[in-house]
Amino acid sequence: MKRVFVLPDRRKMFFRQFPKELEKLGLQSLPIVAIISVFIGFIMTMQTKLNTSNPLLPVYTTGLVTRDTLLLEFSSTILCLILAGKVGSNIASEIGTMRITEQIDALEIMGVNSANYLILPKIVAFVVMMPFLVIFSMGLGLVGGYFVGVLTSILTTGDYLVGIQYAFVPFYVFYSLMKSMIFAFIISSVAAYYGYYSYGGALDVGKASTNAVVNGSILILFFNILITKIMLN
Amino acid sequence: MIEVKNVDKSFDGNQVLKNVSAVFETGKTNMIIGQSGSGKTVLMKSIIGLHRIDKGRIEYDGRNLPDMKMNEIRLLRREVGMLFQGSALFDSLSVLENVMYPLEMFSPTSAEEMKERAIFCLRRVNLEEKAFGLAPSEISGGMQKRVAIARAIALQPKYLFCDEPNSGLDPKTSLIIDQLIHEITHEFEITTIINSHDMNSVMEIGENIIFIEKGVKAWQGNKDDIFHVDNQALNDFVFASELYKQVRKVNQ
Ligand SMILES: Nc1ncnc2c1ncn2[C@@H]1O[C@H](COP(=O)(O)OP(=O)(O)O)[C@@H](O)[C@H]1O
Ligand SMILES: [Mg+2]
Repeated sequence: MKRVFVLPDRRKMFFRQFPKELEKLGLQSLPIVAIISVFIGFIMTMQTKLNTSNPLLPVYTTGLVTRDTLLLEFSSTILCLILAGKVGSNIASEIGTMRITEQIDALEIMGVNSANYLILPKIVAFVVMMPFLVIFSMGLGLVGGYFVGVLTSILTTGDYLVGIQYAFVPFYVFYSLMKSMIFAFIISSVAAYYGYYSYGGALDVGKASTNAVVNGSILILFFNILITKIMLN
Repeated sequence: MIEVKNVDKSFDGNQVLKNVSAVFETGKTNMIIGQSGSGKTVLMKSIIGLHRIDKGRIEYDGRNLPDMKMNEIRLLRREVGMLFQGSALFDSLSVLENVMYPLEMFSPTSAEEMKERAIFCLRRVNLEEKAFGLAPSEISGGMQKRVAIARAIALQPKYLFCDEPNSGLDPKTSLIIDQLIHEITHEFEITTIINSHDMNSVMEIGENIIFIEKGVKAWQGNKDDIFHVDNQALNDFVFASELYKQVRKVNQ
């Protein structure tokens, strides 16, 4: 593993791979992030309103709850769990396939530090892209909530807009971005590990990719508690 | 010359190589033969340092690989070419780019010279010009093997390793690939090591033969002796096919 985190011996090679990974791991995740965020924002707002129909609660409650849930957990933790599935399995199966077809051995024979060459651009690219995905998700989640006001009579858009601006804590955004970058690191490095050390055939690549997703997700949940304890206490 | 001395290698307690010693001679097609699962690939990858051995020496003309640091191993790899069992061409690169890859990694020459060298190697393995721009997945298995050979010899290696060069090929193509490796070995005075479980290859190009059985070197010799050895496992291997049973009958 130590061999992953050394300076690339050929900077040219790193910068040849890096933009490709930004695109594959970051940009190509935008559609799924967008769809999930809008729908979850919508349903969360609807549920919150329907389940807190106490007239004593102030009008801003729904917007506030939606916003803070998005900021604190959904757009970081839950989004990362979803991306652990998409990106984690992608990384593990790509590297795993290269392992079992001996392309990694071929790189090594040509004097390439394969761990560094294959893994580092992926980790860096995903960690760099993650904050953008999170902010994108927060924005679209709030837009999703707004549509509850537009499309239904459960809630007025006015109340919602007041709610999402009420008692806004900018630190929550920072906390969420920090957290998500750590999760991005976990997802990509765990997946790379399982891919890189797979052995056998196509079936074993499948197993590596399942292991990457399951163990990546568990680690995210565990670190979520740890980070929250450190940062919000 | 490559000398392997008392090499042990195990994976999680499963000992695959047991005290293997052997000598591989310069300018010859040295062959490692044995059944599937006997440890040929592990032995080959241990010799190159793709697997770290538990014990023993691997001397490349006197230089002991297990003693080397990572950067020294990399320098040695400059002198090594390898043909993998499944060709191991890079999917995302074209045929020509695959052959240029090791040149880009190692050689300080200009892009133009690299391209020239790559084209020379591809021509040397008799690949048609029109295949140069194709992806590995667009050409046949035999052609992929040729490209892999071209890539392996691109840097004019002193040591060439071939893991089952004719697995998955029809008998005629196998023969052509075997002969190509044999020619290149003699033409460039390379120390070539070939893994094989194919008796036809052994008879065709085997010059110094090492028989591995369950991770133990059970015999070393040349192809004239191979029919007259008093070793049950080797006999079972050699006379597995009807053809060689007939050969034995005729000889007796
Ligand atoms: N990377 C590895 N991890 C664990 N076991 C391995 C590994 N590579 C090979 N083996 C085991 O070593 C034994 C010999 O395999 P191999 O050298 O590939 O045989 P062959 O003679 O067919 O090339 C097999 O039992 C295989 O399961
Ligand atoms: Mg093998």
